Amino acid sequence: MKEMSRIVKTVTNFVYGFIIIFGFYIIAHGHLTPGGGFQGGAVVGSAFALLLVSYGSLNSKKFLKEDIFSLFEGFGLILFIVLGFSGLGITFFYNFLANSGGWFGDTAVIGVNPGDMNTGGVIPLMNIAVGLEVLSAFGVIVLTMARGAEFTKKKEKS
Amino acid sequence: MIGNLPYVAVVIFIGLGIYTLMFKRNLIKIAIGICLIENGVNLFLITLGYRKGAIAPIYTQAPSGQIMVLPTPQALTLTSIVIGIATTALILSVAMMIYKHYGTLDTDQVRRLRG
Amino acid sequence: MSLSNHIPILIIAIPLLAAFLVPLINRINKKAAGILTALALSVSLILTIALAVKILTVGPQVYVFGAASPSLTLPSGLKFPIRIMLQIDAMSIFMGLITAVVSFLGAIYSLSFTKQYDGVDKYYSLLLLLTVGMFGMEFTGDIFNFFVFLEIASIASVALISFRGIDFGEPAEAGFKYMIVSSISALMVLFAIGIFYGQYDLLNFAALASVIKYSQLDKIALGLLIPVLAMKAGAVPMHMWTPDAYSEAPAPITMILVAASQASLYALFRVVFSLYNISLNALTVGWIIIVFGLLSMFIGVTMAIVQKDIKRLMAYHAVSQTGYMFLGVGVGLAVLANPEALKNYGITAMEGGIFHIMNHAMYKGLLFLTAGALFFRTGTRDLNKMGGLAHYMKYTTIFFIIGAAAIAGLPPFNGFASKLLIYESVYRFNPLLSIMAMVVSILTLASFVKVFHSAFLGPKLPQFKEVKETPRSMLFAMAVLSCIIIFFGLFPDLIVKNLVHPAVMSLIEQLQYTGTVLGGM
Repeated sequence: MKEMSRIVKTVTNFVYGFIIIFGFYIIAHGHLTPGGGFQGGAVVGSAFALLLVSYGSLNSKKFLKEDIFSLFEGFGLILFIVLGFSGLGITFFYNFLANSGGWFGDTAVIGVNPGDMNTGGVIPLMNIAVGLEVLSAFGVIVLTMARGAEFTKKKEKS
Repeated sequence: MIGNLPYVAVVIFIGLGIYTLMFKRNLIKIAIGICLIENGVNLFLITLGYRKGAIAPIYTQAPSGQIMVLPTPQALTLTSIVIGIATTALILSVAMMIYKHYGTLDTDQVRRLRG
Repeated sequence: MSLSNHIPILIIAIPLLAAFLVPLINRINKKAAGILTALALSVSLILTIALAVKILTVGPQVYVFGAASPSLTLPSGLKFPIRIMLQIDAMSIFMGLITAVVSFLGAIYSLSFTKQYDGVDKYYSLLLLLTVGMFGMEFTGDIFNFFVFLEIASIASVALISFRGIDFGEPAEAGFKYMIVSSISALMVLFAIGIFYGQYDLLNFAALASVIKYSQLDKIALGLLIPVLAMKAGAVPMHMWTPDAYSEAPAPITMILVAASQASLYALFRVVFSLYNISLNALTVGWIIIVFGLLSMFIGVTMAIVQKDIKRLMAYHAVSQTGYMFLGVGVGLAVLANPEALKNYGITAMEGGIFHIMNHAMYKGLLFLTAGALFFRTGTRDLNKMGGLAHYMKYTTIFFIIGAAAIAGLPPFNGFASKLLIYESVYRFNPLLSIMAMVVSILTLASFVKVFHSAFLGPKLPQFKEVKETPRSMLFAMAVLSCIIIFFGLFPDLIVKNLVHPAVMSLIEQLQYTGTVLGGM
């Protein structure tokens, strides 16, 4: 994949940070508003795809590293399953943090209200785990496919 | 009758998807056919949960007096979309591998396994 | 609250955790991935056996995710279950035992077999995910969860089938075919789930079973579910993916794929018996399943006879053997509404069919493993190029003889036990079906005599001078399967009475299935 024109690169430089922040917003507010780990992760992943397309696969190797992505992918998955296991005193996936008063443990307010970030128990943590997993998985997919496309193109030429 | 329009769209989506699978000879077009069927099924699920004039099922809006659409089909659809992305990515990667070895995406020529 | 209540979820969760740990462990030590996989699957196997003992003595188990207690299916006086749950009865655990044994032995076998591959951590990760998907399909009590696990299993198995696709074209082609087949079937399952949900607002198998009315929409759902699940199980006329996928996948994966397609078969039986039971037109649906079985038996075996590729030949035999299961269980279904016939020969036919599932997983797994051993040492799967291998690979030859005798239904191996049950009960339903099944069995024997002759017998060939016996871990996996085959062949009564009969009864008695969740409503 070749790099694109200067206009595209400049716009990318402006936009990609906002896209990533928006994605993390969606991940963090998954238990209050529509959205969640997967959707936010997909938004962040689209920022990676944007970077890859505008800078080309050769240049973007400097800042998009497949190795780091796969590390984060494993980390997110393990965080998720460990959260499942940690409810095992009662049942698997039991929401042991909800209504406990501590971390993310505020009681949810009944009635129309703007929403409290600290409700939801383990759900926000799970959203973060899933978000981490999905954004890095998207990174890996996009990078791997770009590499594969490079290979087939080389073969076509020869 | 107008309320049944989404179901008609579902049938059209799935019919087009099956048509693509049966009559198109390009591996990428077959992947598109799978996506069409998937979208049809997702639309079907979403339509099942729809109620006329209802609001989105968000907890902080709960007792406002208005009816809400069913959240369960939306959760199902979301899961199905997630799985669909994995499926599509896998189909496309395998198609890339096939192109690498066979030099073509035509199903008539990708036929080393037979008998 | 002791840990023994959590066994159902631990069986699924431990391989899942291991699947995520394997890529991280592999960064530290290259050899640890395989060992971790084998360890996790052995824990899973032990837990499955413990759960089987518990279920067969105490009764069916439920496990509700995230509830205040694992058995709380109906919280705060609800009339229907809302949480996702695992529901495990004798039939589920019967399939679970097959999955556990096969995946554990597959992992052991892979320790030596995958030495030639790159990216072994991905291989083991996918193997564990495939196991998780199969366990999930068998244990779940939630129809949507079933769809999710079906997709997990099929995505993992596609990636494993096309694992060698980086170096060769054929595995990628087989993987593409299987991916299309499995995504269509999964989407049709999802469509059927939508139909159920639209009618009854329920996603739980047991709750659905208690209210299902066999309306026009239910008939459409059944018409979607039976063909796609039969397609995933590899029944003729939807068998086009089976020979490709089975022959191109690495040998241990082929063995697990056989069990994975049997998990779809289990789902088919679960839908027909536990979900619909006598509300459907049992005779018609039973005959449809019998016809699937007959076609599979005949076309599978006749296609197998002409094959030259050893794994492709065995794959067609797998199609043919699936026919026996369809035949046995189909006869049981056809007489489901007729209590007298059911008691006289229906239950025996189903016992034969269900017992054949386990037997088939064992001897077909053994045969695929011997084929993998031949490929591992000689580098070819073409029968015309092989010959005289009995001189070099003594143990593999013995294991092949055991597997071939079992698949052909020779006493005292396990294939004989289940086939005899099918013959004698199906004969009382319709003599013609029984005779056809025997003819297929004879053709199977003929085909395997041919394989044995061309691969193992004959003079020593110069090009195989370097061939040695297979490595120890591969021999171990094959030896365990052989022991199971001989044990089942010598004591079929023990297995049928203690494992198979409860499984059949849990399929037939719908009230028992719904009662475990709804509390005898």
